[in-house]
Amino acid sequence: MSGSRVLTPDLPFDMSPRADVAGRDVKLQQFVNSATQIKDHGRVNACRAAFGDRYDAVRKLAGEIKQHTLDHLDVYLDRFIDNATASGALVHFAADAAQANAIVLGIAREIDAKLCVKSKSMVTEETGLLAALEAIGVKTIETDLGEFILQLDHDAPSHIVTPMIHKDRTAVARAFVRELGAPYTEDPAELTRIARDHMRRQFRSADMGISGANFLVADTGSLVICTNEGNADLVVASPRVHVAVVGIEKVISSLEHLSVFLKLLARSATAQPMTVYNTIITGPRKPDDLDGPQQVHIVLVDNGRTEILREETRELLRCIRCGACLNACPVYRKVGGGHAYGAVYSGPIGAVITPLFKGLENYPDLPQASSLCGACFEACPVYINIPAQLIRLRRLLVERKLMPGTTRVAYRLWAMTLRRPWMYRASAAFQRIVLRQLSTSSEVEDRAGVNDRVSENGRDMVSSAWCAKLPGPLRAWTLSRDMPVPPSGSFREWWANRDRGSDASRRAGRP
Amino acid sequence: MRIALFITCLTEQFYPRAAVAIVKVLEHLGHTVEFPAAQTCCGQPMFNNGLHDDARDLARRMIEIFAPAEHVVTPSGSCAAMVREHFLHLWPERSGEHRAALALAAKTSEFVEFLTKVERVDLRAMRVRWPGSVTYHRSCHLRSLGLCDEAETLLDQIEGVRRVPLPRAEQCCGFGGTFAVNYPQISAGMVSDKVSAIRETNAERLVCNEAGCGMNIAGACRRALPEVSLITIGEVIAQGLGLLPREGGSMNADHGGGGS
Repeated sequence: MSGSRVLTPDLPFDMSPRADVAGRDVKLQQFVNSATQIKDHGRVNACRAAFGDRYDAVRKLAGEIKQHTLDHLDVYLDRFIDNATASGALVHFAADAAQANAIVLGIAREIDAKLCVKSKSMVTEETGLLAALEAIGVKTIETDLGEFILQLDHDAPSHIVTPMIHKDRTAVARAFVRELGAPYTEDPAELTRIARDHMRRQFRSADMGISGANFLVADTGSLVICTNEGNADLVVASPRVHVAVVGIEKVISSLEHLSVFLKLLARSATAQPMTVYNTIITGPRKPDDLDGPQQVHIVLVDNGRTEILREETRELLRCIRCGACLNACPVYRKVGGGHAYGAVYSGPIGAVITPLFKGLENYPDLPQASSLCGACFEACPVYINIPAQLIRLRRLLVERKLMPGTTRVAYRLWAMTLRRPWMYRASAAFQRIVLRQLSTSSEVEDRAGVNDRVSENGRDMVSSAWCAKLPGPLRAWTLSRDMPVPPSGSFREWWANRDRGSDASRRAGRP
Repeated sequence: MRIALFITCLTEQFYPRAAVAIVKVLEHLGHTVEFPAAQTCCGQPMFNNGLHDDARDLARRMIEIFAPAEHVVTPSGSCAAMVREHFLHLWPERSGEHRAALALAAKTSEFVEFLTKVERVDLRAMRVRWPGSVTYHRSCHLRSLGLCDEAETLLDQIEGVRRVPLPRAEQCCGFGGTFAVNYPQISAGMVSDKVSAIRETNAERLVCNEAGCGMNIAGACRRALPEVSLITIGEVIAQGLGLLPREGGSMNADHGGGGS
């Protein structure tokens, strides 16, 4: 699959084919499983070590800080724009992806840019900026090591923080031989050195640097960029012009609040106490600065965010793109990482924001392909209740008639049955008969001899019979597991017998 | 205490003995157990699948049926979370129904939660004895109830229990209600991970209190790890107190315990 189409598939997007292919890819399963489990355990350990029993309290606090900023986003954005402008930066506003790209292309044309170096920015993935720059002849190099490798290999990122979680080093080695003419090596240190040498040359000759930002500080008008590789610092400092493309939700009020997020971001993302390079940039180079760009442009991007700002989904804009929910998510693991989500944002956060950005009708699978286990909510450093947001989208699927009619009718009938105790009991009895019919005689045999043959009032209260194959839509259950056959004894019967029964001292009150 | 048993649809259908065990243990502790016969299902399948009008009807039924109860105990953490957390989202705050939902939420406990947080039992002092090697599956919705290792603590208080911690215990088993049927491949991957983790423990029994997880994991074990069978903690305790016969024991040992 070509890299560009992975994250911009034909719509409406069907997740299952990609998930199924990934599920059968043993190597991919191993990479993604081990990488995400290591990261998830690392996060838990790092956060427990730093915050102890107050981990949840810290997550709630961070969520409240960001929620407050979003509740008053107009105020804080205005304050940021005023202070950034006062520092000498040029602030632009883009309502959507096309406008954002047009602004950046306009700057590139104006300064006659030939070569652009770029650090990691999720919002530029949203807008497809890199392709737009290449289309007007501005060569653009990704400088985050993972993104650089993906660019060389014409592949797409599959994780918000560790974009090449789905690749192993042999793929990197082959790409370096093919694209850079490097000697074949699988040694990570050597591979990094090759990439570094290549990139240094680009940094020296680039005219334009493009970055995102992790935070915008309203009080000071500063951009905050966090990287482990230091590449963003060179992107910012080396070329004449720096363009930061940032989502409007990234604004926070003060440097004091920043400290809370820096503590949580690194621990949640990579289990580090602190990201290696945390750079606060306020305006262009001053007369006595040793380095820095002559021009700083900040492109504030909406691209669907003000729609998400409505009250019931506002909490989603608290996201600081740490990727902790991806690492914690068993579904993300089983579908082999982010490509199965068919969009820039993957994992649990992607499952809730992609339908909001791109239309629920285009991504009906994303909110449904979840067991609602809640691991994402537990991992989220800004306390976003992702399961509740998934359920909200499922409600919209029903309300907008995006759920297939037959499924909807089946649920309504089920609910109708559950409202009537006699129907409930009749349907349970019917199920028992059917399941007993479907279990083959060998399966009714007690595998473990006397094991599990415990009766109450003469009836077996435990069954050791199973169905290996169910008909209709329930066939999906028996693809990978047997279905237990209910025992012959029922609780209600046991209760009724006992209620009438001999042992008056144990008689329980009737409702 | 007068305790109303909320049996849940899956436990009633597939694991009635788990409910019998809970009744016996609660009575052994001196409580009066009631079973409101009109109960059916809390409506979680409808709620989780977005049919909130139907979920609201079923929640209203539940609230009415359990209104007279002093306390409600259920074997399922998932259904307890539905009652405690999600019922509240079905009506606007400060409405009469919301207040009624709050009242039900306040008196509803999952069984292990009831034993450890309300009753504060010490199974050592109760001389519960159940020899065997087990591993315990922690169901995901215990998270919503603020529970983590309470069941493990209880198991460790039982004389004779050799508990092997389940590796990667925090990963969901892949049940997720209709998820297991709607996304069978993803669910299969998850339950296969769970079976591998259980295999690593070499335990004889899997203790799991959630009927949904139990059907899923036991159904997968039946194909890949048939020597491991499922039991609920209620049954372990009831057997350990002599209130229920141990598997393979006398068929007529029903009234053996009689501690109440």
